[in-house]
Parts: sequence; C-alpha cells; structure tokens
Amino acid sequence: MSTRKPGSKELPIGAVVTKSSMEYETGDWGVEKPQIDLEKCTQCTLCHYFCPEGAITVNDDGYPEVQNNYCKGCGICAEECPVKCIEMVRMK
Amino acid sequence: MSAKQILMGLNGDESVAYATKQVNPDIVAAYPITPQTIIVEKYSEYVADGEVDSEFVAVESEHSALSSCVGASAAGARAFTATAANGLALMWEITFIASGLRLPIVMAIVNRSVGGPINIHNDHSDSMGARDSGWIQIHCENSQEVYDASITAWRMAEHPDVLLPVMVCLDGFTLSHTMENVLTLPDKVVSDFVGEREFITVEGHMGETELRLNPEVPLTFGPVDLQDYYFEHKLHQIEAMKQAFKVIPEIDAEYAKVSGRSYDLLHPYRMEDAEVALLGLGSTMGTVRHTVDQLRDEGVKAGLVKMRVFRPFPSSELVDALKDIPAVGVLDKSLSLGAPGGPLYEETKAALYHLPKKPLIANYIHGLGGRDTGPQLIRGVFESLLEIKDKGEVGDPMNYVGARP
Repeated sequence: MSTRKPGSKELPIGAVVTKSSMEYETGDWGVEKPQIDLEKCTQCTLCHYFCPEGAITVNDDGYPEVQNNYCKGCGICAEECPVKCIEMVRMK
Repeated sequence: MSAKQILMGLNGDESVAYATKQVNPDIVAAYPITPQTIIVEKYSEYVADGEVDSEFVAVESEHSALSSCVGASAAGARAFTATAANGLALMWEITFIASGLRLPIVMAIVNRSVGGPINIHNDHSDSMGARDSGWIQIHCENSQEVYDASITAWRMAEHPDVLLPVMVCLDGFTLSHTMENVLTLPDKVVSDFVGEREFITVEGHMGETELRLNPEVPLTFGPVDLQDYYFEHKLHQIEAMKQAFKVIPEIDAEYAKVSGRSYDLLHPYRMEDAEVALLGLGSTMGTVRHTVDQLRDEGVKAGLVKMRVFRPFPSSELVDALKDIPAVGVLDKSLSLGAPGGPLYEETKAALYHLPKKPLIANYIHGLGGRDTGPQLIRGVFESLLEIKDKGEVGDPMNYVGARP
C-alpha cells in the first residue's frame, strides 16, 4: 500500500470520484470470510440476497460464490443461512 | 461604451430581486426571513407573472433552500438563494458543502444580528459567522452596489479558475428596506454580460466530462473524503481564493465598460495625506464618508478605506492603503466573543504585522443589533483616533461605540 497518491494538482476539483467503486476492493477490511459447505447447501440463495455488499453471487449451477475481493466478513450470510452451511473462518 | 440605463426607485432587497430577475437563474430556492423577505416576495411575483424562466422552490427551511441549490448547481443549473441571520445559521452545514463541491451558487445575505436575544436588525454577526466556509463575500454600501454585485457575482462564482459560491451582503433595513435611486441596465445587457454558465472538464470515473451531473457520463459529487484526500481538496479551495484576487477585478473592469461604474476590492477615500483613517464594511462607510468630508473642511486630515471584498481578504491592497497612516480605526459590526477583537480588526492587524513601521490600530465595535451609528458617533471615533495619534499609543484598543456603559 505504499503507492504514491496523487497531489492536489493532479486531482480533479470538486472532490469528484476518480475511479469506479468496482476498483475500491473492500475485501481486506474484515478478519473472517465465509466458507460454504456446498454438500449441505440447498441453493435457497438467501445468502445472496442478505449480503449487504452484493459480494455473494450465484453461479450457473445455482450455487453461491463469495467474491472475496469485496466481502467485508460481516457474517450476515452465516447468521441467515437456514441450513447452517456457512462458517465464518478467521483469515490468516 | 456604457449602455443606456433606467433610473429606478429600489430598496436593497428589490435591487437584489430585480438584478436576479435580469440574470434569470434556473432555480431560486429560498425561505423568507426578515429582513430578506422582500427578495422572496418579489421573486415569487416575477415567477407567478411569468417574467422569468426560473423554477421557484418553496422550501420549508433554509437548510433545504441551500441544499436544493447544491443539487441544482451540481446538475449544471444557475441556482440562487437569499437569507439572513438565523436562516444563514441554519444553512451553516451546507455553506461548507456548496464551497467544498465547488458549486457557483449566488446568495444574498441581508445582514441581521444572529439571536439571541432575538433581534431582527442589522449587524454582521451572520455573514461573519460564515467567513470560514469558503464563500466569496462582497459587502455593499448602497443599493446601487447591491444591484451591480448581484449581476457580477455570477461571473465571479462561475469563472473556471474560481468556482466558488458568492455571498452578496447588504445591511438589513439600512439598505434592504430603504428606497434609493438605482441605475439599472437593460435586460439584454445583463443577460449578455452573464452569458451562459460554462463548465470545466474533469477526469471522472467514467472518463473526461464536464464538472456537472450528467446521466450519460456519471460523476459522483460529495463522496466521503478522508485523511488521504480531503487536505488536497482544501488546497484546491485555497488556490481558488487566490485566483479570485485576479478574477474579481477583471470582471469588475468588464462590468465598468457596460455600466460606467467601477469597483475594486478596496475603496480608499481621501487617503493620500491622511493622519487618521477608518476601515470598515457596508453601509456604515457612507456615514463615514460624509464625516470625512466634514472633517476635511475643518482641516482634519481624515480618510477612509471601504473593504468591498472581505473574502478573499485583500491583505496586500490593505497594506498599501494603510501602511503610512499614523492611526487607523477598524469598524467591526460584529463580535467574536472572547477573542482579542472583532474579526475585521484581527485580520487587519494580522495583515500589517510584518511591516517594520506599523500604524497604531484600535477597534471600534458599532451598530450591534441595529444600533444607529450616525455622523456624531463617527466624529467621536475620529476624535478618539486623533487622541491616539497625539499620544503615540493605543491603550485599550477595544471601543464599543454608542453602547451605554
């Protein structure tokens, strides 16, 4: 994270945003990540709908996938999963 | 060559409303408050009578008035509002946002004391309270200056090197409700002078685009701006204020060509050989000018410096005007309770500090809550300055002119 940030002369005025929110990766914020046991998953997709960051997508087979670049590790998915197939695992 | 003009009888508020009608901004969002009310009444009449194209937004508070202007201005509109006293206090949060997002809003401030105790009359406690918010401040002596500033303010605000909101300040009742002769320009001359709002281009997250909201090329205004970028954006505003020193006189000179009336950051009067001088803002300076003329007739070497532009603060022009004057009095029409003196006094002293030989300077607080400051009181201030000059020392610099001890 030691990249040089732009100085005032390089920044646009008015504090307008210079990059898309897609480029603000928030995945390094949290300390835990969800790990989904696909054997137990019933494809209900509640985790996808409950995720406040939109960081759980649903793949073509109908299973949830965690986008770790954006997941902040809040644990809502694990809390809401009706079959308790999501475990929050501490990141190394 | 200046345009043919029509002489009208207008009070200060009507001067604001009439000039703004000629500018015809896209939106006017305002909440009526004494002594600004006439501006809102007049402008709603213009809207109701179809004399302007402006959208009038009848908001429920001043906070919403300025917030509406922020949204409209970010979308590329010309946005106008007006307020006074506690109304400006309620806008306080948004004044910083308007400036920080670099939105060229124009706002008339009809100066009134900020309660409490509640008082509807004139002093500068409202606009002085907003002096650090990043707005240009123009202080008017009479309704003619109010009319002229209500036109030129748009060009100053929207200049690509500036992009800062502007407050046009006029003294409540003394100007706002007092009819004067005002020379007005034809509508077309005003609309040609203000032209269309121009936009600079910026590099946003979807590429290069004009600095305004546009669904085709979206921009995000007002994002969270933390430790790593906020300071740099403040440097932008500092630079914009510096540029305003250059831009304001350019626009005033251009306006002088069409109107025949020239303005400057500072207006010194009979200062060439002055031994005592008063510095101040707004309508009081008319009374001071009258008193200076009387004193000059009596052989007293008196002068005055009227500060028209208070933000950005014209330090170097002030130094030039005051450096050789033996005794200077600073008229403040507001308090900074607990501070060494009034705001204009403090900043004037700061501007002169580096001079090897400095004038003796005293502070004269006057006119609080609308207390009348007539020629006799101003004469007393000059007598006090002459005493300071003769003694060669200021003593207690704080004087409360016209207050009962």
